[in-house]
Amino acid sequence: MLRDITLGQYYPAESVIHRLDPRVKLFGTLVFLVSLFITDNFIGYALALCFLATAIIVSKVPLSFIMRGLKAIIFLLIFSVLINLFMTRGEVVVSFWKLSITKEGIYVASFMAIRILFLIMGSSIMTLTTTPNNLTDGLEKGLGFLKIFRVPVHEIAMMMSIALRFIPILMEETDKIMKAQMARGADFESKKLTKRVKSLVPLLIPLFVSAFRRANDLATAMEARCYRGGKGRTKMKPLKYKKRDALAYLIIFAYLAGMILVRRFF
Amino acid sequence: MEIVKTKNLTFDYIRRDEDGNVEGITTAVDNVSLSVKPGEFIAILGHNGSGKSTLAKHINAILFPTEGTVFVDGMDTNDDKNLWDIRKTAGMVFQNPDNQIIGQVVEEDVGFGPENMGVPTDEILERVAESLKAVGMYEFRKKSPNRLSGGQKQRVSIAGVLAMHPKCIVLDEPTAMLDPIGRKEVIRAVTALNMVEKITIILITHYMNEIVGADRVFVMDKGHIAMEGTPREIFSRVEELKALRLDVPQVTSCAHELKKRGLNIPDGILTEAELVEALKNVYHS
Amino acid sequence: MSIIVNHLTYRYNEGTPMESVAVDDVSFKIEDGEFIGLIGHTGSGKSTLVQHLNGILKPTSGSVYYDGRDVFDGDFDLKVLRSNVGLVFQYPEHQLFETDVFSDVCFGPKNLGLSKKETELRAYKALKLVGIEDDFFYQSPFDLSGGQKRRVAIAGVLAMEPKVLVLDEPTAGLDPKGRDDLLLSLKQVKEETGCTIVLVSHSMEDVALYADRIIVMNHAKIVYDDTPVNVFRHYDKLKEMGLGVPEITSAMYKLRAAGFDVPTDIITVNDAVDAIMKIMRA
Repeated sequence: MLRDITLGQYYPAESVIHRLDPRVKLFGTLVFLVSLFITDNFIGYALALCFLATAIIVSKVPLSFIMRGLKAIIFLLIFSVLINLFMTRGEVVVSFWKLSITKEGIYVASFMAIRILFLIMGSSIMTLTTTPNNLTDGLEKGLGFLKIFRVPVHEIAMMMSIALRFIPILMEETDKIMKAQMARGADFESKKLTKRVKSLVPLLIPLFVSAFRRANDLATAMEARCYRGGKGRTKMKPLKYKKRDALAYLIIFAYLAGMILVRRFF
Repeated sequence: MEIVKTKNLTFDYIRRDEDGNVEGITTAVDNVSLSVKPGEFIAILGHNGSGKSTLAKHINAILFPTEGTVFVDGMDTNDDKNLWDIRKTAGMVFQNPDNQIIGQVVEEDVGFGPENMGVPTDEILERVAESLKAVGMYEFRKKSPNRLSGGQKQRVSIAGVLAMHPKCIVLDEPTAMLDPIGRKEVIRAVTALNMVEKITIILITHYMNEIVGADRVFVMDKGHIAMEGTPREIFSRVEELKALRLDVPQVTSCAHELKKRGLNIPDGILTEAELVEALKNVYHS
Repeated sequence: MSIIVNHLTYRYNEGTPMESVAVDDVSFKIEDGEFIGLIGHTGSGKSTLVQHLNGILKPTSGSVYYDGRDVFDGDFDLKVLRSNVGLVFQYPEHQLFETDVFSDVCFGPKNLGLSKKETELRAYKALKLVGIEDDFFYQSPFDLSGGQKRRVAIAGVLAMEPKVLVLDEPTAGLDPKGRDDLLLSLKQVKEETGCTIVLVSHSMEDVALYADRIIVMNHAKIVYDDTPVNVFRHYDKLKEMGLGVPEITSAMYKLRAAGFDVPTDIITVNDAVDAIMKIMRA
């Protein structure tokens, strides 16, 4: 079920990480992701683990909650581990049937597993501790420099925020239309693929019609409330850096420096 | 000076085929002239398709007259440079509660208008708190709009308009999609704004019992103004209302029938209490 | 072809912290040919309850019997149930999807596996029943007015020729004219096809005129199940629930409180006028 996916859901709690400026969290996440790719040894991963573990503990998000989010990617994880395990050439450790596991394979596969796990956990820490609004605000402000390259940053952020607001509404609507068509004898559970695809037409058309109607209504309502793009707009809750944000930046840079050093000297 | 004034307002919807040739013209509003004084509570009644929503959209400069003119607080809506001032002066609340809330948190939605107007941050926070209190939604300020009832959502929308400090609020069938409880909540909030804040209200509806508190009522039919007067004057004309197939409150309809059967009852009975009073008078004389 | 609802309970989000009871231990029986009004305000559980009648929702506990057989026992064909118990959802016009009105109405009977001829015949009959003229048959359903769209959507369910027709707030959002026309055509549908009708609504005035039995739901439970007149006797309790009684019934209560000797079991304006004239002449 869709609601089992905790990946990316906001987890309300009172923690320093929750209170950090979203730009810091975005930057921190980016640094963390990059660091995972510049590392080529286990010492680097140990350092990354320290960083991640500290972040998780400080964030007060229960580990079990984060783990539940991993359920969604478990297949991806197993798949990539298996591929790497069996497909890497090198010194054979075990072999059976047509497959063989190599020393290098074990090495690469475990690297891969750690990388994916850390990647997902690192980015979920960000989404778990940041409300979607805050996140869009952070993106808008944090990527503001892209405006000089004529990237419509404000518009993209506004679109994201509207999408986030309407996703639950459209999900509910999908459920309702599905039920209404089922009441007219529609069969959404047919085994045959062609039939199944065809059965989606009575669901998708009303859904599109409704989405367009909503979009139209919303555009009118936004205009009626004087919306005319990002120009001249003020913010109700402007983002302002605090002391703790500066400190967080320092820690992030220190971590990045540490990772680079590890790569150079080990 | 009038807050809203229309002069010979006509609006045509033009349907075009795929090549852009005119297929047909529907005149939604036909030569309507009306004026609204500051602080008035106006109700506009009529069927779907009577042109009442089209008329309303002219007041917020969402639609522009095909012929004639619309003035909002002295500003001509046809003049481009007035556009944003007009939208600040005359706020608008729409029918569907879901499709007009932009924010993911109640207070952020209410702040949307002031943000667009470039109001400084401190003042936005003040305005948002004030507006939410005015419609009785302050305690919900941190909630997600998706968790509110229809009536609550509409009150948030009203607060969103209120935070722009308009002189006039146009509500286009704000109660059509609500249940009776939600309907009452919205009408109560709107009435309070009119009484306490002296904001001009233009309420468009097809529920007769919502217009009882209005100062003046316009009944629209086929793009024209078919009737105009105080609620009591309008409700005195039961036969005309029935001919337009509008709802007449059951009490009003009952009093009208009693009068036809020879009882000496005044015209335009609006409430149960008035009916009781009138019957007492008949009984004792 | 009666429907029996037996100790039905439905919980949303079972096993999560957001669990809530939508329908709580509800039992009642729908007899052939009844016109039932199911009343309750938003969130009272009425919409959830009716979705069990055609097997769209499965009860958390309890059962639904159609024609003496348990609907959820596994070998009951839910498709057959859905053709016998037609359910019209709120704002049914949102389910329209075909390129023209007629094909949209054909969707239901086509899903039943009927022949083309039979399908078209049923669609034609259904459209006529709800008062849609031939001129509209080949128009896009999206070009119709709000009231017409809703009729077409209802015809889409009627074309399956259900023995029980359940409508969830069919008049929501319509103007008074559209509402009266729709209720009147429902009455005609009932007279012509003899089907059972369950009308879900929050308007006492609508239901009072047409239903011969009213079921009132509040906080997931059935609180009253009786004839309209008997249900409206609970004037104070209904008011407390935020439902009230028809305006005219309420006025009769006020008159009685003011010392007039009028009956209070009155639900139409005409009856009220007669009753008042009677005491005034005396």
